[in-house]
Amino acid sequence: MNKFEPSRSHEDIVRLEDAYKIYQMGRQEVSALAGVTISFKRGSFWAIMGPSGSGKSTMMNILGCLDRLTKGSYFLEGHDVSTLEDDALSEFRLRHLGFIFQSFNLIPQLTVQRNIELPLYYLGWDSTRSAERARELAFKVGLEARLDHRPAELSGGQMQRVAVARALANDPQILFADEPTGNLDTKTGEQIMELLVELNHQGKTIIVVTHESHIAAHAQKRLYMKDGIIERIGGETDETRQVS
Amino acid sequence: MGLLRELVGKLMRHARLVRNVSLGIENLLLHKLRSFLTMLGVVFGVGSVVAMLAVGEGASKEALEQIRKLGSNNLIITAVKSMEDETTGTTRSFMSIYGLTYEDHRRLSETMKTIKKTVPVKLVRKEGFVKARNLELRVVGTTPIWFDLVQRPLIAGRVLIGSDVDEQAPVAVLTEYGARRLLATENTIGQTLRIGSDAFKIVGIVKSEGGEAANIQLPDQQVDAYIPIDVARVYYGDISFRRTSGSSEREMVELHQIIVQVDRIENVEATAKAIEGMLKRFHKRKDYIINVPLALLKQAEATKRTFNIVLGSIACISLLVGGIGIMNIMLASVTERTREIGIRRAIGAKKKQIITQFLIETVVLSTIGGIVGIGLGVLIPSLITYFAGMPTVITLWGIMVPLFISGGIGVIFGLYPAARAAEVDPIVALRHE
Repeated sequence: MNKFEPSRSHEDIVRLEDAYKIYQMGRQEVSALAGVTISFKRGSFWAIMGPSGSGKSTMMNILGCLDRLTKGSYFLEGHDVSTLEDDALSEFRLRHLGFIFQSFNLIPQLTVQRNIELPLYYLGWDSTRSAERARELAFKVGLEARLDHRPAELSGGQMQRVAVARALANDPQILFADEPTGNLDTKTGEQIMELLVELNHQGKTIIVVTHESHIAAHAQKRLYMKDGIIERIGGETDETRQVS
Repeated sequence: MGLLRELVGKLMRHARLVRNVSLGIENLLLHKLRSFLTMLGVVFGVGSVVAMLAVGEGASKEALEQIRKLGSNNLIITAVKSMEDETTGTTRSFMSIYGLTYEDHRRLSETMKTIKKTVPVKLVRKEGFVKARNLELRVVGTTPIWFDLVQRPLIAGRVLIGSDVDEQAPVAVLTEYGARRLLATENTIGQTLRIGSDAFKIVGIVKSEGGEAANIQLPDQQVDAYIPIDVARVYYGDISFRRTSGSSEREMVELHQIIVQVDRIENVEATAKAIEGMLKRFHKRKDYIINVPLALLKQAEATKRTFNIVLGSIACISLLVGGIGIMNIMLASVTERTREIGIRRAIGAKKKQIITQFLIETVVLSTIGGIVGIGLGVLIPSLITYFAGMPTVITLWGIMVPLFISGGIGVIFGLYPAARAAEVDPIVALRHE
């Protein structure tokens, strides 16, 4: 078993301790996470990499509070979220996390503005304030002219920028991006990544799941997964630390 | 301050509900045809409930109105020619003798404690004249009590009084209809009415109803002329001729009707039984019938209840079908919107909020359906009244209940799809294509 002793500093925004996620597949048990211990510092930019089936998606779901561990602990912002019930997890996502997906996941029947306002709606903001915030964010991602459009009228890059704006609406501490450039051409993909880098510079912790190394290159740290465990961790300069 | 905060909080929640509802409506408007078709089930269901209630209410109101005209405390005993006489009378007997007697009337009024008032009625068909105008009258020989038991508004003059009977005064009270037919003037009181060859002074005019109520002939008719009973007895006697096809027949009837008022409504049925028993002892044949308006009222209500239950169940089935229709569409909608649900959940929507979202959509759908259905349900009874002449009554109650039922249907049939939506696993949903 490989272990990275987590530095128990309060700067850690994310800390997994001996995390297991076990699925029951028929009679067989499959460990998507098989004892992972790691911590991410506040304001860091991580890329989680690995082949399909390596557990990187599970890792993302766990870190994003979309799923719960079978065994082990997960501390987010110093809270032990591994014991939280569904409602409390939802509340946590609503207040602290933002998500960007490969397939954008905008709600097709809602306008750009309404899509961006979605987290604010669940936060209980009134419509005037949400509209203002949506305009602000649309401006930030360069889509203020498209507020009344529906997702189908936008290009892929534009849709992903709407998704970024939506993910930022609740001013999250951590931004999760699951293959954010997977459905985009290289140039637009680069633009999205630059946007993420900029957000990172503004202080957001960013976690990207990808299998493309040129995307991962934007991150400060790279985490390689294989068979549910951390294979190795790569630093900023891409010098890799082999794990025993 | 606390109160203010509470008030603001209440207002905010209210605003939130309004927003949720308007979002629900927006979503439904995305699929106008589908929403409309889904709604139809509830529209027809609620429409039929409202219409059914209106028809039932109308029927019961009419029945009650009729019973009221008959007097719910009254018993009406009517002389009838018994069946044996009807078939053999003309050949066997020279004169048929049947009906109620003065003695019956005396016994009823003197022996039974529960009877408050009785009124004897003697009927003669005669032609009446006022100057040159004539009308086939039903001359009713009776006492002043008639006007207590058959309460009709007095139009002019007075009704019969005790002294008319005592003095055997030749006075008559006409009906409004009769007065109009015979006189055609306003100034009717004091004029002379000739009945056959006898002159009567018109002393008053009353309204009359005529017709039937709950299958009982009302005691009064439009062509009535009321005169003191002793006058009728002296002038016309007890024997009358009846002309049937070809042959003529003589009848002897002392009283054609006795109307009895019972002291309390609880005693009506018992008194009817007692009268029946008494009459049976003194009449060899059953040459009378006793009508009990109260019994008819009860029967009418029982019939109405059965009628309502049958119609109600049919209407409920259509509501049920409507509800199932909504549920079906909502389930399809949940499947179709799995991804949307996943997105909302990932962003941080709680299960409860997803349930609310879908529930609001179904409730909005069914409530709008309910409102349209009420419109339909109000229209149908007026068409029934117009074309079939059946009375219908729409009560507030008959509108509010179906409206709440339709909302309830939205909740009941919306809960399952909404719960299904809330159980969508966001991870799976986000991968859903």
